[in-house]
Amino acid sequence: MDVLLGLLQAATLVLILALLYRPLGDYMAHIYTSTKDWGVERGLYRLVGVDPRSEQSWPAYLRGVLAFSVVGVIFVYVLQRAQAVLPYSLGLPAIPEGLSFNTAASFVTNTNWQSYSPDITMGYTVQLAGLAVQNFVSAAVGIAVAVALVRGFARRRSGTIGNFWVDLFRGSFRLLLPVAIVGAIILIAGGVVQNFNGFTEITTLAGNTQNLPGGPVASQEVIKEFGTNGGGFFNANSAHPFENPTGWTNLFEIVLLLAIPFALPRTFGKMVGSNKQGYAILATMATLFVVSLVTLSAIELNGAGTAPELAGGAMEGKEQRYGILTSTLFATSTTLTSTGAVNSMHDSFTALGGTMPMLNMMLGEVAPGGTGSGLYGMLVLAVIAVFIAGLLVGRTPEYLGKKIGPREIKLASLYILVTPTLVLAGTALSFAIPGVREDVEAVSIWNPGVHGMSEVLYAFTSAANNNGSAFAGLTANTPWLNTALGIAMLLGRFVPIVLVLALAGSLAAQDKVPATAGTLPTYRPQFVGLLVGVTVLVTALTYFPVLTLGPLAEGLS
Amino acid sequence: MSTTRTAVRTHWVAIRAMLLFTLVLGVGYTLVVTGIGQLALPAQANGSVVRSGNEVVGSALIGQSFTDADGNPLPEWFQSRPSAAGDGYDAGASSGSNWGPENSDLIAAIEERQAQIAELEGVSVDEIPADAVTASASGLDPHISPEYALLQVARVAEARGLEESEVRELVESRIQARDLGYLGEPTVNVLQLNLALAELG
Repeated sequence: MDVLLGLLQAATLVLILALLYRPLGDYMAHIYTSTKDWGVERGLYRLVGVDPRSEQSWPAYLRGVLAFSVVGVIFVYVLQRAQAVLPYSLGLPAIPEGLSFNTAASFVTNTNWQSYSPDITMGYTVQLAGLAVQNFVSAAVGIAVAVALVRGFARRRSGTIGNFWVDLFRGSFRLLLPVAIVGAIILIAGGVVQNFNGFTEITTLAGNTQNLPGGPVASQEVIKEFGTNGGGFFNANSAHPFENPTGWTNLFEIVLLLAIPFALPRTFGKMVGSNKQGYAILATMATLFVVSLVTLSAIELNGAGTAPELAGGAMEGKEQRYGILTSTLFATSTTLTSTGAVNSMHDSFTALGGTMPMLNMMLGEVAPGGTGSGLYGMLVLAVIAVFIAGLLVGRTPEYLGKKIGPREIKLASLYILVTPTLVLAGTALSFAIPGVREDVEAVSIWNPGVHGMSEVLYAFTSAANNNGSAFAGLTANTPWLNTALGIAMLLGRFVPIVLVLALAGSLAAQDKVPATAGTLPTYRPQFVGLLVGVTVLVTALTYFPVLTLGPLAEGLS
Repeated sequence: MSTTRTAVRTHWVAIRAMLLFTLVLGVGYTLVVTGIGQLALPAQANGSVVRSGNEVVGSALIGQSFTDADGNPLPEWFQSRPSAAGDGYDAGASSGSNWGPENSDLIAAIEERQAQIAELEGVSVDEIPADAVTASASGLDPHISPEYALLQVARVAEARGLEESEVRELVESRIQARDLGYLGEPTVNVLQLNLALAELG
């Protein structure tokens, strides 16, 4: 019965996403290819000092991304440091330097890792003027970079890949903002709060006191999901009843966080002039998603482990209104995208269950991945896949008529090395540097034994992949973790972006070669299988050893 | 020289863009949504508060504890799930326990809760559902499973001097089905159940 209803719930999600695929994908393609600016946009471009008709080379596009992100980090940092004098701060003090750096890096990189407990740290002004703004623009930056890469495939003999500022503005104002306004009102109707009331002290029915929180929550909740950001207004994130009150708001939030990443393959297909290329990418993403969801759901329903077996079910860290299958659906969705919101506590999952969110992130968040970052990650893997196929049959590999030469394959290879390096080095250093190790073991780790090692591995996996979810028992608000995770987030975001834009520039400059009998068709199930295989293989080879040290050791012992 | 000038120009554009986004997407957007919420959906936007008489006694969405000052369950009320938010149902400090599946603290806590509930309700440990002995993700879970609610009927009825059948009917009338029949799990809202119970006498 439970299983049937869980299947029905997943089927509803698939149906909604399928219905959104064409209209949303086509709309995004329209946004990023239209040559017409709205009147109000022209005014804003003048105000900001941008010529919307000028096209940028890839270095210029990259300069825009980096300058905007540097300014973003400084903005969010300064806002937090100034919290004591900002209005609507609930009397909260300024955020300390290390935490401010970590949080600024986190929200600008679309990670939304939270080393702090927002309930007692962040006032309303920092939340809305700092964090919510980054929820919009970091998502828009991700989509912009993905679209720039797609233009690289679509154009021929071109020195340019679009205009960053135009992509940023259109993504923010034509895509994210309208959906956010409508979505926020829907969430309020479901019970998500939206006020500036602060805390209200009440006497409960049994005569105890309780401080009910307020806040502009719905406005932040909707964009936190739709932009695959994931940073909670409250510590309990989307498990908090004021962020996610009911079964249907939960499904709505999952739809929001999957909508753009799953529709971007359509945008890609449309822009390169072949919808079936989009379907192949979609099929790859969907295959990985379904396998991951079924695996996690089966593991959690089975409920292996001392505590779950004793309690009669893996309900520690899960809300009654979601139960197990709604929690696993959310967990899979949030870690296969770059969202990182949670409606259940992954730290309390069964040992093998807790491995799945980690594995999802280790896949590189490409199924479907974050807003934009999922598509560009998958396209890089597609480049690797055609290269491997080319090696097998001894032909020069090409993808969508573009030759995959030494330069392209070097950029793609570097791309897939970045996050594993950060994850493994960060985790290793946490235990290898003597002073740091003592601090990590004494202060940061919450659960004893190998599970504690999993908490640290999860943290670096989450940071480097810009996810933001956590084995949240970990106390990350320490000098080492604030700094190391902050650096992992920045490098895990911007080094891949540099490589992707360089790849875009290199592809755009090429002419297209006509398909021949020797060309690998990249829209057939055969290619989907190859791409799934490459994705899994790259991940497994990189991470299997470290997984055996933590979650697998715990789950199999 | 020209690269420096380009870099400076790019950063000026970035600063102005960020200011614009802060005004529109930070301040403007939040105020518009707050305005619409407060005008059109004030009850939900302000936390779905529930009253007993004229007194606000909580939010329909936020769980509360029904215990005395020492944390012992008050037998005349239906009990909520265990909570890891502060000292229990601290709405200013939402949190799960984050205890892992092999954590000895968690195992000990589950055993203790099972013993306590078995004694309080006069049932065997096998009859206690999982939600009754585990802390939720938020620590503010307003719900318990229908099974846990029904398990408490006899004890509540006795403490209040009510007919057991009367209390059982009340619980059964308060079981909320899954949304649309299949989203999430069936629940009983503890605060609303206890409010209805108080009206019963």
